Amino acid sequence: MIRIDLRLFVTLSGYLPENNECLEIHEGTTVEKLIRDLGIPDEHVKLVFINGKRQDKAHQLKQGDRVGLFPPVGGG
Amino acid sequence: MENLNFKERYDRNFNTFSHENQQKLEASTVVVIGLGGLGGSVCEMLARVGIGKLILVDGDVFEVSNLNRQILSEERLIGVPKAEAAKDRVRAVNSGVEVIHRIEFLDEKNLYEHIKGSDVVMDCLDSIDIRFKLQDAAKKASVPIVSGAIAGVTGQVTTIFPEDKGYPLIYGEKSRKQMKGVETKTGNIAYCALFTAALQSSECVKILLNRGDLLRNKLLIAELWTNVFEVMDLV
Repeated sequence: MIRIDLRLFVTLSGYLPENNECLEIHEGTTVEKLIRDLGIPDEHVKLVFINGKRQDKAHQLKQGDRVGLFPPVGGG
Repeated sequence: MENLNFKERYDRNFNTFSHENQQKLEASTVVVIGLGGLGGSVCEMLARVGIGKLILVDGDVFEVSNLNRQILSEERLIGVPKAEAAKDRVRAVNSGVEVIHRIEFLDEKNLYEHIKGSDVVMDCLDSIDIRFKLQDAAKKASVPIVSGAIAGVTGQVTTIFPEDKGYPLIYGEKSRKQMKGVETKTGNIAYCALFTAALQSSECVKILLNRGDLLRNKLLIAELWTNVFEVMDLV
């Protein structure tokens, strides 16, 4: 198992699990799988940031990663 | 009032701006697309800062639901075109600014016409599909975009030069036809709109003066419930 720091923004925050700052997941988990495991519909996540850099959903998570998931924000 | 002394009017801009900087701003043209929560405040700030020419574009009129956040909306202005209110506000604040206002809805063709020849275009739109069209037009016109977007108490800002990838990095290529984001669920709160508009205005000035650090290929995200302020790398 590895631990990640997970942040969910705007409407995704309702899916935030307990211990989100120290969330245990299996090694080799992709962002796509994480999103699925959290019960978030895939199309609700438009942007994935790992350690402050945009990544694809196929990205494999590593110990200590800071993960931010964003929905589309388009208002003016 | 047009001849209000230049030095006196901009006295408190100095010496954050040099006199040369101030003259550069005065010689600049900025287009503000969308005059709602973001665009109204952007107009206010760019007029005060001393941009020489502002082109203000929006086809909408004020509605009661705008009053919670749109700085140019007033109860007496319900039903009045936003572009007209924006023009009046800019003229009232700084008669030295040349203002062109256009009460028009946007499509691929008129977007290009509105922005060509300008120095910066401010994307203060409220729908994602038009943002993609604006980027296409700005690329064709070789004009940089400063983009702001808000939902609830979350704001994001990025700067897109013609050669940058831009919106596909933020919304995904598939969103080209997506009209709205999560703001339809969260609404938009006044202080988040003004805060995001302030960041956009700062980016605009930095582009015009070629000073400071730009948010090119970066996305600044502010989440005000949790005080997250981060600049993320898009590439």
